[in-house]
Amino acid sequence: MNLLRRLVPHPILTLLLTLTWVLLTSTWTLNSLVFGFLLGLLIPFLTQPYWPHQMRMKKPLKIAAYIFIVLYDIVVANVVVARIVVFKPNRKRQPAWVTVPLDLLTPEAITVLAGTITMTPGTVSADISSGGHALLVHCLDAPDPDAVRDEIKQRYERRLKEIFE
Amino acid sequence: MFSEYLIAGFLIMAGIFGFVGSFGLLKLDDPMSRLHAPTKATTLGVGGVLLASMVHGFTVEGHLSLHEVMITLFLFLTAPVTALFIAKVHIHRHQTPESLPKAGDDIKWATHDVSVETAEPKTDGPDERHG
Repeated sequence: MNLLRRLVPHPILTLLLTLTWVLLTSTWTLNSLVFGFLLGLLIPFLTQPYWPHQMRMKKPLKIAAYIFIVLYDIVVANVVVARIVVFKPNRKRQPAWVTVPLDLLTPEAITVLAGTITMTPGTVSADISSGGHALLVHCLDAPDPDAVRDEIKQRYERRLKEIFE
Repeated sequence: MFSEYLIAGFLIMAGIFGFVGSFGLLKLDDPMSRLHAPTKATTLGVGGVLLASMVHGFTVEGHLSLHEVMITLFLFLTAPVTALFIAKVHIHRHQTPESLPKAGDDIKWATHDVSVETAEPKTDGPDERHG
């Protein structure tokens, strides 16, 4: 078991790399599957020193629901931001910095949350606090910064906490 | 015939959002707000071109192409990282700990904190510090 853990430090990454290779070659043959799996074994093994802790997921199936919510939000975000950019004069816009305190603990979950914030309505994650307990988020137009913080915590962080922790 | 309208529709949508993204860069008046326009509007801009490409591949050339899915995936992985880098540079050069909101219990934001070890998990290698 211990040897297996050393040889395959990140099983999820192995599967993901295999899938990536098969999709990249776009040929559904055993050839590309085997070579992809070989890369999937080799790359996590060689990059092990840079990612020493194994990632854990409590409820991986909830990822699908999360992806759909985020995709939907991205489409909405594009329309909302486009409307602000085109129709709202600069002096009426209220840009704001918002501090989002984090309940998430694992680096992977925080990374996903920060990425999600950047991709969704009018927010960009700009920094993390020195101890990793809060995110600094910049809002394009936020008359009510507290509402933005609550929405991020309710909509994304709660779901990520279910998935990762 | 219908698929051609669909492809044209996706391309027009892509064009509009791509244009709005570039227009936002010009119109918005502070550096952090400028970051919003290209990170968002271009997602749907590029997404529209990719959807059009997939529909074209499926209906006209008759095979399902999944390269577009990969491009979308890589785009979603890289766009937040570039945005974060630009934001960090901005904080380094134009913001002070006083001009930003409080960082909760940790007192400082990571970009401003040069004294304390950050929350990165420690590795076994030697601790090399630059700057």
